[in-house]
Amino acid sequence: MDDVIRLFSQYNIVGAFVVNVELTLWSALFSMILGVILVILRISPVPSLRIFSSGYVELFKNIPLTIIMVFMVLGVFGQLKFQFSSNFNMNFFWLAVTGLTLYTSAFVCESLRSGINTVPIGQSEAARSLGFSFGQSALLIILPQAFRGAVAPLGNTFIALLKNSTVAAAASVATETSSLMSTMIEFNANAIVSIFLIFAFGYVILIIPFGLLTTWLSNRLAVRR
Amino acid sequence: MTSLDSPMAGTLAKTNGADIPAAATNEGSTADAGRPLVELRHVNKYFGDLHVLKDINLSVSKGEVLVIIGPSGSGKSTLCRTINRLESIDSGEILIDGQPLPQEGRQLTKLRAEVGMVFQSFNLFSHKTILDNVTLAPRKVRGMSKSKAEQEGMELLARVGVDSQAGKLPVQLSGGQQQRVAIARSLAMHPKVMLFDEPTSALDPEMINEVLDVMVNLAKEGMTMIVVTHEMGFARQAANRVVFMADGQILEEGTPEEFFENPKSERAKDFLGKILTH
Repeated sequence: MDDVIRLFSQYNIVGAFVVNVELTLWSALFSMILGVILVILRISPVPSLRIFSSGYVELFKNIPLTIIMVFMVLGVFGQLKFQFSSNFNMNFFWLAVTGLTLYTSAFVCESLRSGINTVPIGQSEAARSLGFSFGQSALLIILPQAFRGAVAPLGNTFIALLKNSTVAAAASVATETSSLMSTMIEFNANAIVSIFLIFAFGYVILIIPFGLLTTWLSNRLAVRR
Repeated sequence: MTSLDSPMAGTLAKTNGADIPAAATNEGSTADAGRPLVELRHVNKYFGDLHVLKDINLSVSKGEVLVIIGPSGSGKSTLCRTINRLESIDSGEILIDGQPLPQEGRQLTKLRAEVGMVFQSFNLFSHKTILDNVTLAPRKVRGMSKSKAEQEGMELLARVGVDSQAGKLPVQLSGGQQQRVAIARSLAMHPKVMLFDEPTSALDPEMINEVLDVMVNLAKEGMTMIVVTHEMGFARQAANRVVFMADGQILEEGTPEEFFENPKSERAKDFLGKILTH
């Protein structure tokens, strides 16, 4: 217990968790936007758009996140010289958000597609028969119901995102939890169990309420048919 | 709008629609009154190897009520769905009000807005209230203002007798009420023709009549209707013409009296024998 108190006073552990939460919130926002666009393309009547979307999803779903993150730093920043900010830390933070977004949006698209499968075909037939265009029936009828059916899988996707945000270490985000954990272990090898438990419980504490929230929301929002 | 509010209403109830365009006399002032409102010419459709519609020729005049009956799998629902292109056809031609049915795009959505459709499973938008179900299409497709759409929507709901349920969700209504809302939802677009695809087949017996009553009233008001149904009572009471389909073909057509009293084909006799004994 003394170890734990000493470690908390010596290192900014809470600050490290805040970095991960920030990475998660930004990536969740952008991957939600990109995921919705991808799923609209995926169900669109235009074959080339459907192929583009499923190609994107298959590609990013199947590449390990670490490789995407390393590519963001060594490829996008190192070779292509692309940078978000001249501030070194800010630049790596946004490169990590980009990598997480590219990866997570594929899973958001898949979650939403499973939500779309909960919407009976008759809903879109009714929309079409009333004269709604594809875009109108997608945005007014199909997606609002698909979201409600996809709360649970989307919740799981974002839980995975929070844990995946530790891979930002691979994109040189040095202030986040797994980087801090490595540093702490390096200088406090005697307290390795305490360090491990601090970070493990930190994530459990963050994720359990979120899991409860998604379960509650998914029941509350479920479309009654 | 025109056909609904016109006073010609009940007068046409039982004209012989087979040869004489039923509404022609009533709408004599319009130049194209004699032209069929819906016309199918040599329509063929396949599901894979299965030939589900075989050279269908059919025309429906303005104000006519056409009932399509036949055994399940005869292609009658598919026929109904081709008329607003929920099903595409492989050859032939479908004309609505003289215009060929567009393939895709804006013209198709525009045309669908003018062809109402009522489904077997109601298909009300589950996440929207009853009033929103009725007002959504006029607002989003026709650009009607919210207040005007709601005013008209409430009038339509009152007409089908579910205005007291306007704020509820579809799941809170009985099947019969839901189907009446579905009819009101279609009427809100002021369609030129209404398609009914087995509108009472998913209903409990005691709810069938409340839906049929609404449909009979619509027919009396002069709405052009194409109705796929097994309700022989409705066919006798409201139809100008009955079409009997089996195996993807139209085997017989005539007035309800002719058809029910005196079916010509063996297939029709057999079918009627089976359903009328119950």
